Amino acid sequence: MAHSETVTTTQSDILALARTQVLDEGVGLSESQVLDVLRLPDSELDALLELAHEVRMRWCGPEVEVEGIISLKTGGCPEDCHFCSQSGLFESPVRSAWLDVPSLVEAAKQTAKTGATEFCIVAAVRGPDARLLAQVAAGIAAIKDEVDINIACSLGMLTQEQVDQLAAMGVHRYNHNLETAKSHFTNVVTTHTWEERWETLRLVREAGMEVCCGGIVGMGESLEQRAEFAAQLASLTPDEVPLNFLNPRPGTPFGDLEPMAGPDALRTVAAFRLAMPRTVLRFAGGREITLGDLGARRGMLGGINAVIVGNYLTTLGRPAESDIDLLGELQMPIKALNDTL
Amino acid sequence: MAYCEQCGKEAGDHPRCAARRELEPPRYCADCARRMVVQVTPTGWTAKCSRHGERTSA
Repeated sequence: MAHSETVTTTQSDILALARTQVLDEGVGLSESQVLDVLRLPDSELDALLELAHEVRMRWCGPEVEVEGIISLKTGGCPEDCHFCSQSGLFESPVRSAWLDVPSLVEAAKQTAKTGATEFCIVAAVRGPDARLLAQVAAGIAAIKDEVDINIACSLGMLTQEQVDQLAAMGVHRYNHNLETAKSHFTNVVTTHTWEERWETLRLVREAGMEVCCGGIVGMGESLEQRAEFAAQLASLTPDEVPLNFLNPRPGTPFGDLEPMAGPDALRTVAAFRLAMPRTVLRFAGGREITLGDLGARRGMLGGINAVIVGNYLTTLGRPAESDIDLLGELQMPIKALNDTL
Repeated sequence: MAYCEQCGKEAGDHPRCAARRELEPPRYCADCARRMVVQVTPTGWTAKCSRHGERTSA
């Protein structure tokens, strides 16, 4: 009894502290504070989500940034990211494929029709070679001719020259996820390092592109490591954090992990918002199997202010209309393109 | 013989494949079990078998 009273006092403390520190002052929670949030019991989840929503509304506003993503080069990746069905090192059913430029433009048009302001071109590579960069350049030029949308890219690790090339193409934002806490990274990827990823992010920032950096939760990390990851992301001050939940892919080393429990996923959403009160926090892959339709609503009312609509790179998502309808129902306006320029 | 388009084995009662189907495009040709080249786009997918041609979500 005494123990539970002590715990309850601590739980109340972290929510009260977050209300003052994050909501009132706009200062994100530290690693140890995030850990306290992640340890909150299910009975405190509603209060936590409500606070995270207040923080999001106070520091980001009511608008929701909508994005579509497309795989330009699928499969055959030489890296061994243990969550990924596109690694050529695993017995995954995903085969290599390249998308042609007309199909890329059509996908951008489809994305823009949903009201999205962001279109992210993704390739499963360690880093881009000359052929890929030429395809990206041709694709971006063709999209810019026909579609009014911001273009982001996610092409793996970059050199300074490649960063400069992408900036010159008009790439507005670059995604490169740290994926997980530094202390857990070698359990997830062994073919490159966390520090190499960080270096690409540094180059992207210096070149003036917006930094998009998040990861995947539910990859066997401890709560401590999840808090560590939130703090490491916060120290990067990314413009956007895409938050994915592991969708165990057949044939990958993580293929037999269980999807994260819904309450844990929602606690993570809220904790990341409280760690980064001003960032664009995007609902990304895995939310359908982890949270379902009800969870999508709770997440939107629990700190999320951006979504990937429609399908993902190799898997299917909710129909874009379902998310757009939900935003209308929640009276959350879709961020307009002119707000982002 | 017909094949499961999720796992490529003989079609039958595959609970995991059935659960997966809602959020997965087909990966194997139902006619010959070859792995297909699949392209997912924001609003659909195409799956090509080198012998049996293309299927789409439309």
